[in-house]
Amino acid sequence: MVSGRFPILELRGLTKRFGELAAVDAVDLDILEGEFFTIVGPSGSGKTTVLRMLAGMESPSSGDILLKGERINDVPANRRPTCMVFQSLALFPHRTVGQNIEFALKIRGDAAASRRARAFELMDLLRLPRSYYKRGVTQISGGERQRVALARAFAYDPQILFFDEPLSAIDYKLRKTLEKELKDIHRETGKTFVYITHSLEEAMVMSDRIGVMRAGRLVQVGTPHEIYTEPRDKFVSEFMGEVNVIDVVADADGLLFAEAFGTRLTAPAHRRGFQKGHLVIRPESLRFLERPEQAENRFEGTLYNEYVLGSRIQYQVRVGEHVFAVERLRQHAFGGRLDDRVLIGWNAVDSILVEE
Amino acid sequence: MVAAAERSAQPAAATPARPRSSLGFRYSLPVLLLLAVGFIAPLVAVIAFSFVEPRSFDLWSEPTLANYRTIFEQTYYRSFLWSLAFAALTVVVLAVICYPVAYGLARVFGRWSNLVTLLFVLPLFISENVRLYGWVLFLIKGGVLLGGVKALTGIELTSILFTPPMIVFGMVYVYLPFMLFPMTLGLSMVPREVTEAAFDLGASRAQVFREVELPLAMPGIIIGALLTFVLGVGAIVEAKVLGGQSVIPITHDIEIAFTYAQNWPLGAALSVLLMLVVGVLVLIVLKRFDLDRILGRR
Repeated sequence: MVSGRFPILELRGLTKRFGELAAVDAVDLDILEGEFFTIVGPSGSGKTTVLRMLAGMESPSSGDILLKGERINDVPANRRPTCMVFQSLALFPHRTVGQNIEFALKIRGDAAASRRARAFELMDLLRLPRSYYKRGVTQISGGERQRVALARAFAYDPQILFFDEPLSAIDYKLRKTLEKELKDIHRETGKTFVYITHSLEEAMVMSDRIGVMRAGRLVQVGTPHEIYTEPRDKFVSEFMGEVNVIDVVADADGLLFAEAFGTRLTAPAHRRGFQKGHLVIRPESLRFLERPEQAENRFEGTLYNEYVLGSRIQYQVRVGEHVFAVERLRQHAFGGRLDDRVLIGWNAVDSILVEE
Repeated sequence: MVAAAERSAQPAAATPARPRSSLGFRYSLPVLLLLAVGFIAPLVAVIAFSFVEPRSFDLWSEPTLANYRTIFEQTYYRSFLWSLAFAALTVVVLAVICYPVAYGLARVFGRWSNLVTLLFVLPLFISENVRLYGWVLFLIKGGVLLGGVKALTGIELTSILFTPPMIVFGMVYVYLPFMLFPMTLGLSMVPREVTEAAFDLGASRAQVFREVELPLAMPGIIIGALLTFVLGVGAIVEAKVLGGQSVIPITHDIEIAFTYAQNWPLGAALSVLLMLVVGVLVLIVLKRFDLDRILGRR
């Protein structure tokens, strides 16, 4: 989807130090024209600082930011053709919906009539009723405010839009709707979107590519599919949601030895000189077995508890001191009773091997 | 059946609310009584006295407008104007001085703002009179400043003490915290992201200030302005001590009427007029700047 496009933003060794601490540590990254790029990371990973440097609200300690090949390190935010949508939305509470949307145009000196026309155009695009034009921004709902913030950002046609977790404070149902809407808007406008979030799930839904950050460093960059199927390390794999992790070492005969269980396990095909690390198995890759030969790897344990997660059910199976999460679709619920002895297993191909 | 159930449910729903509100009334009663006795009663007494025969102390005599007539026939309007002008000038000077400091306290100083705040608060622990006489000693002819200059250079300068600008200086000096702190509060209520958003949307620093920061900080500024204005109109010591009675503010006239002149009705009438003027001005300002609307609550 994004191949063949040129990088609109280039980050070269981008670093930001606050005193001793490097909040952002030598980040290299190309963001392509027109793509929806999401930076994911836990709080404190430096993702917000990266975004603030890109938007011009924070200046880099070292390294460069290039916009279409030109260094923009010292260009202040009000002269960059980029716009930020804040987590708090940062609407002007003392202004109407129309005045908020038209702010940048008014600053630029556009005539009232053309400002209004542009505001209506954007309100139509974002499905905001035109009757809201004269309403105060505090008189409309959270989802509507979200759209006003978007319209305000789009108004002066910036080349890149930055999003600082704008959906994190919104309830689940509305968030799911807005995630899809945002992706649709991205398609309709064809702008470059750079989004940050702590939720990989949110990133997966919307992004063309994802960059995972941890402790100021960019750990992995790739398409959602690549991040999901080939996480580079334990951190990335765990960040994808609940996973089962088994510590393993490579065995002489091509098998893996799991010391905690005293068992040998069949390894997935891609090993690349693996010595020591973790075997990651997603809950949905684990199955309940009727006969041992139904899976390459297996454990026997006790069904300890079950949790209904909407469309799926998660089972907790205890094997010795270890707890495994097994997930099934609700319509294929497992018939076992609590405290039953159960056999769980997975095929080598459904597991991921990550280095220590 | 359903209707009967609804009917019986209604009083049951109403009862829990009632004891709570009557409880609130009973608990607030002591404060309400205290205010009635301590605030409203003296006010009523002053208003009543303003309609009593001049130079008499009998509240129960025939009401008269003689005191008000005296005020309008004589030159008391000058004192009113001096007081209002000094108060207004004080507010303006304070607004200009305090804004950068308040901005610093709210946005820039960080952990140093605690120390700065403390230094602004400390003088409040010392009596206003003492501080003003301190300034007199510093500025008076042969005092710390002029005496020092003379001793060092031999040049003899005239003191600026006992002039009207010194009165404004004294008021600015004394009332500064009452402008600074509401203003700081107002500025710290402006979300940083909102000003950043304006900047990001292309606004210059001046435009951010005019379009976003100032209107959003306005509630704090208005409260500070009203506080200092009302205090400034009621100021008396500054004119006496630093102004050396070069100007007589209305409060001084009121004091004279109540003390030397022993004309309580005249003093009461002056007080009532002062309250009216200040009250009307405050109301106009509050109407002009609807605080709730500025805050976006409506």
